[in-house]
Amino acid sequence: MGKRSFKIWRGNAEGGEFHTYETEITEGMVVLDAIHQIQAESANDLAVRWNCKAGKCGSCGCEVNGKPKLSCMTRMNSLPEEGDVVIQPIKTFPVIKDLVCDVSYNYVRNKQIPPFAPREREADGTHRMEQRDVDRIQEFRKCIECFLCMDVCHVLRDHEKKDDFVGPRWMIRLASLEMHPLDIVDRIPLIREKFGSGWCNITRCCTEVCPEHINITDNGIIPLKERVVDRFYDPIAMLKRKLFGDKSNKRLPVVEVGDSSASG
Amino acid sequence: MSSSDTVLPGGHVVGLGETRRPDKWWVGPLLTVSFIGVAIGYGTIAMLMGNHYWVGAEGHGFGGYLSPLYSPVLMFDASAAGAAPASHAWFGAFPEWYPSLLPKSPAFLILLFPGAFRFTCYYYRKAYYRSFGFAPPGCAVEGVRRGKYEGETKLFLFQNLHRYAMYFAVIFNIILTYDAVMSFFRDGALGIGVGSVVLTINATLLAFYTFGCHSFRHLIGGRANCFTCDGKETLSSKAWSFGTFFNQRHMQIAWVSLAWVMFTDLYVRMVSMGIWTDFNTWGEAATKTVGL
Amino acid sequence: MLDVSELQTVEHDVVIIGAGGAGLRAAIECSAHGLDTAIVCKSLLGKAHTVMAEGGMAAALRNTDERDNWAVHFRDTMRGSKFLGTWRMAELHAKQAPERVKELEDWGAVFDRTQSGLINQRNFGGHRFPRLAHVGDRTGLELIRTLQDHGVHQGFEVYMECKALNLLQEGNAVGGVLCLWKDSGRFMRIKCKAVILATGGGGKMWRVTSNSWEYTGDGAAMAYEAGGELMDIEFTQFHPTGMVWPPSVRGTLVTEGVRGEGGHLRNSDGERFMFRYIPDRFASETADTEEEAARWLAGDKEARRPPELLTRDVVARAIYNEVKAGRGSPHGGAFLDIASNRPPDYIQRKLPSMYHQFKELAEVDITKDAMEVGPTLHYFMGGIRVDADSQEATGVPGLFACGECSAGLHGANRLGGNSLSDLIVFGKLAGDGAAAYVKGLGAGPSVADEDVAAAVRNATAPLNRTDGENPFALHDELCEIMGEHVGIYRTEEGLGAGLDKLVGWREKIKNTKAHASSQYNAGWHEALDLQSMAIVSEAVAMAAKERQESRGAHSRADYELEDKEHWGKRNLIISRGDDGQMELRHYERPAPPEHLAKVAFASVEELDAMVASGEVQV
Repeated sequence: MGKRSFKIWRGNAEGGEFHTYETEITEGMVVLDAIHQIQAESANDLAVRWNCKAGKCGSCGCEVNGKPKLSCMTRMNSLPEEGDVVIQPIKTFPVIKDLVCDVSYNYVRNKQIPPFAPREREADGTHRMEQRDVDRIQEFRKCIECFLCMDVCHVLRDHEKKDDFVGPRWMIRLASLEMHPLDIVDRIPLIREKFGSGWCNITRCCTEVCPEHINITDNGIIPLKERVVDRFYDPIAMLKRKLFGDKSNKRLPVVEVGDSSASG
Repeated sequence: MSSSDTVLPGGHVVGLGETRRPDKWWVGPLLTVSFIGVAIGYGTIAMLMGNHYWVGAEGHGFGGYLSPLYSPVLMFDASAAGAAPASHAWFGAFPEWYPSLLPKSPAFLILLFPGAFRFTCYYYRKAYYRSFGFAPPGCAVEGVRRGKYEGETKLFLFQNLHRYAMYFAVIFNIILTYDAVMSFFRDGALGIGVGSVVLTINATLLAFYTFGCHSFRHLIGGRANCFTCDGKETLSSKAWSFGTFFNQRHMQIAWVSLAWVMFTDLYVRMVSMGIWTDFNTWGEAATKTVGL
Repeated sequence: MLDVSELQTVEHDVVIIGAGGAGLRAAIECSAHGLDTAIVCKSLLGKAHTVMAEGGMAAALRNTDERDNWAVHFRDTMRGSKFLGTWRMAELHAKQAPERVKELEDWGAVFDRTQSGLINQRNFGGHRFPRLAHVGDRTGLELIRTLQDHGVHQGFEVYMECKALNLLQEGNAVGGVLCLWKDSGRFMRIKCKAVILATGGGGKMWRVTSNSWEYTGDGAAMAYEAGGELMDIEFTQFHPTGMVWPPSVRGTLVTEGVRGEGGHLRNSDGERFMFRYIPDRFASETADTEEEAARWLAGDKEARRPPELLTRDVVARAIYNEVKAGRGSPHGGAFLDIASNRPPDYIQRKLPSMYHQFKELAEVDITKDAMEVGPTLHYFMGGIRVDADSQEATGVPGLFACGECSAGLHGANRLGGNSLSDLIVFGKLAGDGAAAYVKGLGAGPSVADEDVAAAVRNATAPLNRTDGENPFALHDELCEIMGEHVGIYRTEEGLGAGLDKLVGWREKIKNTKAHASSQYNAGWHEALDLQSMAIVSEAVAMAAKERQESRGAHSRADYELEDKEHWGKRNLIISRGDDGQMELRHYERPAPPEHLAKVAFASVEELDAMVASGEVQV
């Protein structure tokens, strides 16, 4: 396939610029292979985060030709044959160095989500759930936390509303807890207030970039928005609850966990 | 696009439409704008016309084609060309007190409801937030009002009432289904015409559009966390699966059904005006419209 | 010179190195015991190699076949280990795994379900009954996410992207860890009373491996340098099915679940060759015709298992031999075919990530075409020698180890699915062990500042050299040596030559040079990882040369048979001698406890009878 030219952004939080590298591309190579080759040949100190190189750990997210991608799953032959391949760090989170960003925001937010709390085990010491009931949450649990959805979400990316809106990854984490057949915690008020479900305008870029093909918008965020409507906006549903009481056996989280940082 | 030179660490340029995507990301929004523009344009004109929305046997008898933009006919103007028979108008003719500034068109009285359903639809919201609101114009393409965005927390809070628009849509679905059945009759005689097929497809597509509605899917089953916890599959579980099937195709159905509604009106209009010939089993005489 | 008091210093009761399944489970247990606990990990939390585990975790839950019980699981594990596993560990593992799995469900794990709504279990190589609790083919992700999301509420500290460099000691007792922050290049000294190593294996010494960059044998190297012992280190498992094409993903794992769900292995003649490779030991439990294998897949409980589900060592050698004999696939592997045995939607539901992996990386649709697969270095059975009950490392007070970096459970060969259950069973026990140790200890050891300063100087040396070797090139060279001399088949001569090359290679890594920037400096980190790999690679080659037999994952072309009398009774142990040189000794295994021996050596019928009569309590 011959040599290809790469424009890789290099720098840190203070600033930086694109550097151009050339490297030999062979059959079957992915973008991460090219980055590694460049690192080994001519840029030993090029910073790039990666682990499994098989699309399972979600470490190597970056922007390839302006699009959020896992570099380990982006084949070179899927890119246009002409021109430089432009590689940047993800935009939503602050750059540490080169292609590596500080994603600690995510760990802080995850800690704010009230944890799973199951109902009692059955008499024989097991939990019973039907496959069709868990199908729905297993979709969300496929998430590899690559944060590409967080990168492409314009609420975080362009408007920097990180204090107001928790972002798509954490909305589907919330969905996986809220729709869990065994869980007994009520997170709906938090989803509206602290996690900001109203900030999402369901423009679906998160779903478009998800490498695990999770239907974040239709199956995760919108159902949560509808549950928030049930609770806070639908006058008939609210009246019904007032008159006949709330049949759900869920309870509000006992302790709301603080905002302590997860990373040093 | 914008000539702002601010470059963030990471090499991202600040400004409307800024992106490093080399592909034609603007094609999608452009198509959306064009399509919605055509639909709104046609719909408005068709509504303002106030005529040629009915095809029947000399304008009377049981059965005929009624344009979906005009159904149900709440009040009507009997003097308009191609108007429905008086028996169709739920409340008869436009009353004296009807403000003269408003168009005397039956469509004007009802289009708010399907309009609201589409406007608050979770799919159309994406389409117009992106292509009209530039929030964002494309994925990884910077939009407008950097930092001033409010999402659906203030001005757009009303979107939360989408389900009420859906309730009305269900009523409309029932009425349009009735209209579709009626299209197989002409002066009491059972038959079939191209128009019957057009109206039936229209009612079907609109039903599919409602079945795929996110609020519908939530209310018929999605709100539950456990479908089978009592040991057997509940009805709501089956209903939810049914809604999910259409929900996964909501975007496609949204566009096709919108186009088909416009086409159905056009078809009825053209036949009513005598420009197109409706091939049917009833014969030429059965497709006369009043006032022609 | 360096002023140690200026180093960032933090204090905890217990430090856990590694945030995979074992490390997280240990941290949860330590927190539950009320210890001030911290985890140090080289990557971000939730990215550890555990996410790569696909097939499932083995536990005798009896949800899919009620004939299963701990004794059958124990027997399978010991036989899989070629009777070289630690008896007590295998017993603990088989008995405790079911409760550990159910506990995960209480913490939010969502396993696939059976018809009656219980945790579903699938078939895997070497397991007599369907035993692997699983979530499609991403069970490892489910495990790590469950532990992570549960763990963040247990109050332990997590130091991410922070590499543990050295254990700090007073005398032999562990009293701290020196760490390096990747993002800033600064050092951190942690003072503590106990350390739990959960660093995983060392597959990155081979080029064709399913392991991630983190797998550089850090834990084993740290324990060795601290005076600990490495056991069974010659047993490196080659997983039979790694991708072979395209070159850049050569080695990436193809889950055993493909075979568990009914995949066939065929050679270029279209022959289902595994029928020719059934070892005598398993002949009575393995189908010998395609017809019987098909019946088994259809659910006939009388039928015996297909030969594709023999233990990994057997299947890996079979594929290797087929390729050697010229019956390989176009890119040098075997064909793994599930498309002709299962409908497309079943494959997509049960093996979704395999489907995507092949679709996106190899442009192969596994619901239509066969995969090409070949052996890939996958797992270290050996590692740090520990006490079976407390997981305390021998010879180093206050040091504990669990998960892949420890030795004992798997002996000469690990069964698929036993590693995830290993993590949660022994992660918990290590937490218990460390808690008991810390509570019995008064003040923690105090470490001399000179030791800390020396460790920092050693770590910064590659930055200070004006000229030296490229660490990436040296890593490549190591892979070359290990691939050529310490591969799937080994010989006396080859191993000797390999050891000689390693001596020369070790000299070079004393002279690595990294760019001066200290922030997120990949070259520097590589240079430091090479120091761990230097120790472990030598240990593997040395032990492999010593063991003059073929057993489990260790295959000697010059000693093709198992030697029950001599080698079947000993483990090899490596430690650092007083002169600083690597030393190897034989450990004569004591006679097994009688109640375990009668289970492990029983035939299937005998065991069933013992269980039925109540002689073996299940």
